[in-house]
Amino acid sequence: MAAINKEYSGVWVFVEQLEGKLATVTLELVGEAKKLASSLNVEVSTVLLGDKVETIIPTLFEYGADTVYIIDDPVFHFYRAETYMRAFCYLVEKYKPEILLMGATTTGRDLAGAVATTLKTGLTADCTALDIDLEKKILLASRPAFGGNIMATIVCKDHRPQMATVHPKVMKMPVPEPNRTGIVVRETFAIEEESLKTIVLKIVKDGVENVKLEDAKIIVSGGRGIQNEHGVKLLNELAAILGGVTAGSRGAVEKDLIDHKRQVGQTGQTVSPKLYFAIGISGAIQHTVGLQGSETIIAINTDPDCPMMKIATYSIVGDALKILPKLIEVFKQSLSEIKNLELKNSNYDMKGGVTVE
Amino acid sequence: MHTLVCVKQVPDTTEIKMDPITNTMDRSSAPTIINPFDAHAVEEAVKIKKKFGGKVSIISMGPPQAREVIKKCIEMGADEGYLLSDRAFAGSDTLSTSYILAMGIKKIIEIEPIDLVFCGKQAIDGDTAQVGPGIACRLNMPQLTYVEAIESFDLKEKVVVLHRKIDNGYEVVQSKLPCLITVEKDINELSFSPLTNMIKAARYNPIAWGINDFNADLSQLGLKGSPTSVRRIFPPEQRVGGELLKGSEDEVIKTLVDKLKGGIRKWQL
Repeated sequence: MAAINKEYSGVWVFVEQLEGKLATVTLELVGEAKKLASSLNVEVSTVLLGDKVETIIPTLFEYGADTVYIIDDPVFHFYRAETYMRAFCYLVEKYKPEILLMGATTTGRDLAGAVATTLKTGLTADCTALDIDLEKKILLASRPAFGGNIMATIVCKDHRPQMATVHPKVMKMPVPEPNRTGIVVRETFAIEEESLKTIVLKIVKDGVENVKLEDAKIIVSGGRGIQNEHGVKLLNELAAILGGVTAGSRGAVEKDLIDHKRQVGQTGQTVSPKLYFAIGISGAIQHTVGLQGSETIIAINTDPDCPMMKIATYSIVGDALKILPKLIEVFKQSLSEIKNLELKNSNYDMKGGVTVE
Repeated sequence: MHTLVCVKQVPDTTEIKMDPITNTMDRSSAPTIINPFDAHAVEEAVKIKKKFGGKVSIISMGPPQAREVIKKCIEMGADEGYLLSDRAFAGSDTLSTSYILAMGIKKIIEIEPIDLVFCGKQAIDGDTAQVGPGIACRLNMPQLTYVEAIESFDLKEKVVVLHRKIDNGYEVVQSKLPCLITVEKDINELSFSPLTNMIKAARYNPIAWGINDFNADLSQLGLKGSPTSVRRIFPPEQRVGGELLKGSEDEVIKTLVDKLKGGIRKWQL
């Protein structure tokens, strides 16, 4: 058992990449690791496993890594739990970091579970805040618990390393420092391809189905209050008029009203749009942690006391299915008025020229 | 083909209370169901049985009333169920839970070898997705998490080809059997149980195992075997809310649109 030991020092971040393309969550975590490391007065290291991935190294330094441990070998071309876990555990046992951070992606969570079990240490999934107990020098990993009614701070007192995963977009992207450098530690770890039980045959990117909620400026999101297919139609209509995208809470996803790829929240995506409509969403923490970064939030709900109404910039009490059709109508009208006005103005500016919209 | 499915009984609602003294969850306060992801795992196992023959076994760790989820699995078409229940297991975190479940699975393997282990991708109460990989690790089986589709089985070569979800798509992976698969809901649609299964389930009593049925390492169980602990629970920090729009329905809609329309037009451009 990896018992606590003063030998364990430093904050590590697992570098997630697919065929040399770095996952942005890695850089967000390097930024967060920097904060933790400065509280502990230790260094930030990153672990880069892959095949011909040297080119990633300068970026890691620029975003705050002090050391990059790299194992570059064709056997690590694609992520596989059985190869990455073994190489990662080898490095942990050799260099003994006190904290290990990974993105809460399908890759990061897959690896974290295997590594924590192998090292017999504690792992806290999907953290929304990380901090250090300065007195005891331990990691305070906070996450929404139990459907999200409360937050819990989890500690791993007696085992090292202390592990945590964090969803993309939860931590802020740090500002890079151009030409910043650090130490590269090149390691090898021999694994015979023939000895392995899994092979990645190919990667398939699903272009059309892929919903990039995280980049959307306007999101129209529905919850249980959307009730039925008709409600979903209204959501889509409002989203179309506003030039936004449709999303939903876990409640709507579980009722099969909204596709799970469009789920906002702790188990879905974290979003930061200019405008977020929460329609028929009561606002469990599970959901609201995913939209804290929204600039303006509109809540429409029958319950004036639900959490969503309390955090919204503007809220309306009422039945979503009754309000939505009217809201769509009024938006349609007023947005087309603005458009016409713009058109007129631009006509005027062009002094009789031909306007093409 | 002998498939084993790990299932968990979870609270149905978010009406969960925490014990303020021990900082642990009071599970008695909410109605319970089978973890929805696990239901899809059972469905997939039953589908495989229908296609290739064999048997589906269920394992669950939990209080005695967790036998209800095992009965639910029998209703869905499973053949046998094992319930690991003991006070010594209480308070286990994910590391300790995977130790206990792996111990149970090893005991089942002694009775009859297993070709495939299924889990849901995560449980809706904890959302950790850690127990599946933990069990795979302890059984020394390949782990294949977030599986959206099973493409094919080659029972002669003992391999499976499946689709594993990744960001922006999926990867096609081939794995040797036995392996452990955790499933997404997309993998199948739940079907209705035939009446005969319901009758069987009503009469069924799962095989119950406690601490005395194992030669367990007590230091790996329950609170003692759990490296993580809850330091503090607290109400989440919320952003400060704004304005509740008042007036008739038409009035509030007009007010809202007036407040937003300028910004929306700007973001659209």
